[in-house]
Amino acid sequence: MPVIDIKNFSFTYASAPKPSLNGINLPIKEGKITALIGPSGCGKSTLLRSLNRIHDLYPGNKYEGEILLKDLKTGKFENILDIKKENDFIRLRQTVGMIFQKPTPFPMSIFDNVAYGLRIEGIKNKTELEGRVEEALKGAALWEEVKDRLNKSAMGLSGGQQQRLCIARAVAVKPEVLLFDEPTSALDPISTGAIEELIVELKNEVSIAIVTHNMQQASRISDYTAFMYLGDLVEFDETETIFLNPKEKRTEDYIMGRFG
Amino acid sequence: MRLLINKIVLGLSIFSAVLGLGFLAWILITLFIKGVSSLHFGLFLNDLIDGGLRNLIIGQFVMAAIASVIGIPVGMLAGIYIREYGYDSKFADSIRNLSDIMMSAPSIVIGAFVYAVVVVPSGGASGFAGSIALAIMMVPIVINTTDNMLSLVPKELREAGIALGASKYKVIFDIIIKAAKVGIMTGILLAFARIIGETAPLLFTSETSNYFTLDLTQAFPSLTVSIYDLANDVEEKSRDLAWAASFILTVLVLIINLTGRFITRNKH
Repeated sequence: MPVIDIKNFSFTYASAPKPSLNGINLPIKEGKITALIGPSGCGKSTLLRSLNRIHDLYPGNKYEGEILLKDLKTGKFENILDIKKENDFIRLRQTVGMIFQKPTPFPMSIFDNVAYGLRIEGIKNKTELEGRVEEALKGAALWEEVKDRLNKSAMGLSGGQQQRLCIARAVAVKPEVLLFDEPTSALDPISTGAIEELIVELKNEVSIAIVTHNMQQASRISDYTAFMYLGDLVEFDETETIFLNPKEKRTEDYIMGRFG
Repeated sequence: MRLLINKIVLGLSIFSAVLGLGFLAWILITLFIKGVSSLHFGLFLNDLIDGGLRNLIIGQFVMAAIASVIGIPVGMLAGIYIREYGYDSKFADSIRNLSDIMMSAPSIVIGAFVYAVVVVPSGGASGFAGSIALAIMMVPIVINTTDNMLSLVPKELREAGIALGASKYKVIFDIIIKAAKVGIMTGILLAFARIIGETAPLLFTSETSNYFTLDLTQAFPSLTVSIYDLANDVEEKSRDLAWAASFILTVLVLIINLTGRFITRNKH
């Protein structure tokens, strides 16, 4: 069952003469991890960033087609490309969270970082905030390391801890989908291992889409893999099939490391 | 041959550096010798009418402070607009260019402008007119600093805020300004140091006064304008006072500048 269904989706950057994504059809399945792989410039990040319309931060970009997002409470689908009102954008982004390549802790305390989204949601009650922050930090396997210094600046954490803080911050608002844009490419192998473990655990609660340059990572953690090339979706299937038995020659060449 | 050219260039560079620094040292030493010999504690207790500098120092700070109250918010908001909202729009770009030009506008021209639009219509020099002239000096510096410092904040931080559902103004004021805080504060301090030592914008806007006053509708005591007057005075006593005043002003500007640098250094 898809939680996000991308249908015939094209995307054109503001100043670009032609689309960066051409008619993509791709489901992001509920409770699963979907990896987007492909060489630099293939459009995998562009696609991921369309799923919560973060592109709208910059004017002039053009979306075509449909991106249907399922409301898990009602089971109904909504085309997020139709969203125009500020309130609906806030709802979309709290439903579809995002983790970036470089850790992005805000210049404030660890507590305030995790509480940021909750406060936007309108939660003011201190006890409730504390409970949700603790829950989120535990969910991101960071609680034990930071419980004694919640009021210290988040900038003092290590890179791996900062990334887990960002995951806690995103998890705190209980999203349906989390988008990871190369979340470990700025981290050392040990922190990378911790984040990967965390992502696998998180799929019990949220559906996940992850862009990665690291094919081992894709094969280790994902259930489904989409291979993209030059703005096209070349192949989408279960990860095992993509890696062991790809149908397309280009997929095989990329996975064997013949180009990239 | 290349070695020779290398040596000549190196030699010229060293010579120029020494020449520049030499003049700076000369200025500071002269100021120190002439200033310190005329310096005494009474300068800080008496007003100019009684041979002191108290009213002038206070007056200069009051005008610079009022200029900051006007100039900092205007400059910061304009800087936020051109970096966070204007993107590469022509309008934002033209404000940025205009601000750059304003920054290098001769300060006497700004003084003349304020004279024409404030002093003449209001019927005379005033502390308020002086403050406005200083504020006009300050705005482009604050715009430039805010713009530059905001540009150093990684765009991922903005996206991370938006991705949590925050609206744009909230991201700017909760996160981005905080991330750029140290740089912006330093810039503001340097802008303050710049205007506190200005003479030309005050020369015919606030003029100066021998008496202590906080009435901004009248001619207002200014340390720099009085230095100009005193230095042109026939009496040697006045000229000594001008040296003492120059020394005090230099020390004040130096302290503000060093504080700015200190804040920046502590960040790294």
